[in-house]
Amino acid sequence: MDLSGANLQLDSFEELATPLFDQLYNFAHWLTQNRDEAEDLVQETYVKALKGFSSFQLGTNFRAWIYRILRNTFLTSRKGLKVTMTVPLDFDEEEDGPEAAIERDTPETLLLARSSHELLQKAIDELPVHFREILLLCEVEEMSYQEISETLAVPIGTVMSRLSRARQTLRNQLRPHPQQEAAPRIARGTNHGL
Amino acid sequence: MVCETRKERLDTYLDGELPHEEMRTFDAHVRNCPSCSADALSRVQFKRAIHLAGKRFTPSAEFRKRMQRNMAPKAHRSFRLRWMPAAAAAVVLLVGTLTTYMGNRSGTDQVFSEIADLHVATLASSSPVDVISTDRHTVKPWFQGKIPFAFNLPELQNSEFSLLGGRMTYLEQTPGAHLIYDARKHHISVFVFQERSLPARLTDSSPKPAKLSFNMETWSQGGLRYFVIGDASAADIDGLARLFKTAS
Repeated sequence: MDLSGANLQLDSFEELATPLFDQLYNFAHWLTQNRDEAEDLVQETYVKALKGFSSFQLGTNFRAWIYRILRNTFLTSRKGLKVTMTVPLDFDEEEDGPEAAIERDTPETLLLARSSHELLQKAIDELPVHFREILLLCEVEEMSYQEISETLAVPIGTVMSRLSRARQTLRNQLRPHPQQEAAPRIARGTNHGL
Repeated sequence: MVCETRKERLDTYLDGELPHEEMRTFDAHVRNCPSCSADALSRVQFKRAIHLAGKRFTPSAEFRKRMQRNMAPKAHRSFRLRWMPAAAAAVVLLVGTLTTYMGNRSGTDQVFSEIADLHVATLASSSPVDVISTDRHTVKPWFQGKIPFAFNLPELQNSEFSLLGGRMTYLEQTPGAHLIYDARKHHISVFVFQERSLPARLTDSSPKPAKLSFNMETWSQGGLRYFVIGDASAADIDGLARLFKTAS
């Protein structure tokens, strides 16, 4: 093994991985909804990323790569398996156009008028995990559609349609009378699409 | 109809993901269409709100340490050059911990300095308080509806302190309460903020900056962060802090 090459690789890992620690933890906590599980998930992600870093090609997207490791680790965890067995009945995103729902009302303004911050966090928390993760990757991590596509291993068209549905579901949850409209229709099903 | 069609792509436009040419056309349309521009504005606000709400969780200091501890032993157990990734991870985490600590340290210094600035600037003002009263039952209700939390003021009877009044204040755009007390002709400020809204994570034992020329006490209680600061003696600062702790 070439020592200087190894050093270069480790320097690169440090340079790439260190700034993402807090973000990865935030994302992990949103996925697991539990501090202890989030910590385990981040730890396992770092271990796997280190182990597999030799297979990572420098110059490609490290952020998408490590987020994908984290997400895959989550999906194979006990909680991940549980949530992927639960998908909404209207999860036929390939059949709908990317922006199937046209927003005529403005729940955004309702949201702003209400005590918004905690309300919004609660609404995001209640989203199905496949909506929660894509919304966070887009709005919090500010990933491009291409990066999200790489992270979730889905085509860009799916990114657009799923994102659109995630936003629509969130808007619905933030409308008044949440007891009537907020709960997405959930059914036991397969984990296709995740 | 044209607008309805465009609105189907409005989120994609706001995500900056439309093809270049379509982006330009869209841009021109949104600028000139009141309906689309209003819709775009509300969606931008929605995006911003999600962005802020989504930055919710931060790793604990214990977790950072645990990561460092857990990774380090692997370096000794491994063989050949396989110790290097583990060592690198330990270094990464150590650097991360130190960076965060230093960042946090510098953040706490900043908070303490700003508290001192607020104290000095207020006392130098021609109208240091917005509600002038020695009665806590007048001052406390004055804050209702002005700050997003409630707090208790201590009973001062038989103490060396007297309440002069209060005012609203802001620390890094976080609203809070500022109360001014008199103790043996020294003015003491008491600041109250929501702990989670503060820009830096403070602890009761957070080291005060060496250059701070005031006595200061800070503690967290019931989700609120209190600062007591002034040029009064350390005993007086401590005495007022204790009264607040008892009242809260």
